[in-house]
Amino acid sequence: MAGSPQAAVKGGRSEYGVALLLLALGAWAISDALTLTDTASRGPVNARTVPILVGLLLVLMAVLLTIDLLRGGRGEQEGGEDVDLTHGSDWRTIGLLVGSFAANALLIDRVGWPVSGAILFFGTTFALGSRHYVRNAIISVVLSVGSWYLFYLGLGIKLPVGILKGIL
Amino acid sequence: MDGINALLEGFGTALTPVNLLYAFLGVLLGTAIGVLPGIGPAMTIALLLPLTFSLEPTQAFIMFAGIYYGGMYGGSTTSILLNTPGESASVITAIEGNLMAKRGRGAAALATAAIGSFVAGTIGTLGLALLAPQIVKVAVQLGSPDYFAIMMLAFIAVTTVLGSSKIRGLASLGIGLLIGTIGIDPTSGQQRLTLGIPELADGIDVVVVAVGLFAVGEALWVAAHLRRQPVEVIKVKSARMSRDDWRRSWLPWLRGTAIGFPFGAIPAGGAEIPTFLSYATEKKLARHPEDFGKGAIEGVAGPEATNNASAAGGLVPLLTLGIPTTATAAVMLGAFQGFGIQPGPRLLDQQSDLVWALIASLFIGNVILLALNLPLAGMWARLLHIPRPYLYAGILFFASIGAYAANTSTFDLWLLLVIGLLGFFMRRFGLPIVPAIIGIILGPVAEEQLRRALQISNGELSGLYDTWFSKAVYAVALVLLVAPAVIDRVRARRGEPALAHSHANQEGE
Repeated sequence: MAGSPQAAVKGGRSEYGVALLLLALGAWAISDALTLTDTASRGPVNARTVPILVGLLLVLMAVLLTIDLLRGGRGEQEGGEDVDLTHGSDWRTIGLLVGSFAANALLIDRVGWPVSGAILFFGTTFALGSRHYVRNAIISVVLSVGSWYLFYLGLGIKLPVGILKGIL
Repeated sequence: MDGINALLEGFGTALTPVNLLYAFLGVLLGTAIGVLPGIGPAMTIALLLPLTFSLEPTQAFIMFAGIYYGGMYGGSTTSILLNTPGESASVITAIEGNLMAKRGRGAAALATAAIGSFVAGTIGTLGLALLAPQIVKVAVQLGSPDYFAIMMLAFIAVTTVLGSSKIRGLASLGIGLLIGTIGIDPTSGQQRLTLGIPELADGIDVVVVAVGLFAVGEALWVAAHLRRQPVEVIKVKSARMSRDDWRRSWLPWLRGTAIGFPFGAIPAGGAEIPTFLSYATEKKLARHPEDFGKGAIEGVAGPEATNNASAAGGLVPLLTLGIPTTATAAVMLGAFQGFGIQPGPRLLDQQSDLVWALIASLFIGNVILLALNLPLAGMWARLLHIPRPYLYAGILFFASIGAYAANTSTFDLWLLLVIGLLGFFMRRFGLPIVPAIIGIILGPVAEEQLRRALQISNGELSGLYDTWFSKAVYAVALVLLVAPAVIDRVRARRGEPALAHSHANQEGE
């Protein structure tokens, strides 16, 4: 299930971004650790030690990854039952998914889960290419209201009810 | 024999009607979610975690037991009936299983997988029940340096044994350790890597991490590459096998169990290698080796039993040492911690009711699994037809509920999105997920042991390796680091192809 050779070659340049990210994360860990003043711990190991070690590990891996990439090494994209690696990532779908997800995060405390959850489900099915609007809307509402009842009554977890207060 | 008595008491707890219901629910949900394509056992547990939030620990553990085996078996059904498997432990099962299904022998493939899982799961759980008290006897004498050594071994094993690229495995481990460090340092009370955000002071909730990396990351990744043409699912009505199938299956089941259990019990990276070993063994021992490659039932029976036995074996280090060896075990460990329970040698003393109820439930769950899967195989198979937009929309929907319900906080939803995007990019660039999740969950525990060990030794670094046990563990770790390179070199000299690890980047079993 390795990525096809063309797909692996296409993503070549962006792989250096991974090394850059590792470098940035490592630098963050080390610089954050250096601001700590630990007076409670004895010995050579204190609150700084582990973040510094982890930071060094990340920086080292950034360097080794860069060398690996220069030598022609490539990260192997993950396959799967529904995954087709012959074309590149579909950024429009990702954008729509992230948008639906963000809409839920923004709305959940204001309008409640029964509404925001329905928006999330409807939005994601749309993003994934389903165009049965009526059926999707019905499923979205049944799922979000049903899950709200399940968590609220069945499990005692109070998901926000929002604008439907008094109705549900 | 104290284990047997305690186990009987565990059955006493687990066999009450309410607890039986939880075990049944666990198996049912575990199988139903696990059979869905693209959902491996680790994601199954992560997605179902919120359902246990309001339960007592005993009930929650009983439900986990059911979900654990249910999710494991669900994945096998998927790999037999769909062409391409989604989780590494089922890859081998899929080879012959799918060929059998294509030749119209799907019912027999499912049956030998189900019964083999039952046999292996039962023997494996028995092994767990007998072995756990013995290991605890040794483990209580181990000190912080020893635990730290075992955790280092777990880190090394998960990054080197699995995966095609050690650099990417270690990078993933580093990312995991970094995320695990976020929050207030328990020893000094200092905030680390919190960026001054108060919600991060308590660290990132394990539900958010697990659901983010496995569920959201996977859903985003698949969505970006969704296969537009419908996948081909082979139809089956039920799972049953003929007398001849039985004759050809029972020995592979037992051999698979014998291979899988020890591999699961040592921290050496899950079910991928033992299932491969089992496949090779069966191929060598088969009376009709020419059947391999055309759908040999031995090639399903052996690896499938191995897979389940290794799942049972994986619970040994998890319960006795607090060391997860697979992604699924890591998520379980995180779930236990969520209930304020830290698995380890003292768990069996202090919470023995809980542990034995869990082990008894594993036996019960296995029986329920068999009862659900043999007659209802056709129904589970129908779940494979779920339209993909609904499947992945559902994953994001339930992932959001789970992350929000953990602390009823919107902040966790944003965090979930960030970690989900991280999971997406890790899949894109071939960084394996398993080392990250092990690093996140085991990292803080390892740090605690490191600091405790050095406090005892008054800061002397030799305090980390001055026990015979820690020395032995570091020696094993060294072998793990060196051996693969040596083996590859020898193979190259002989002109054989290197061991293919092409599935290692997938979600671990």
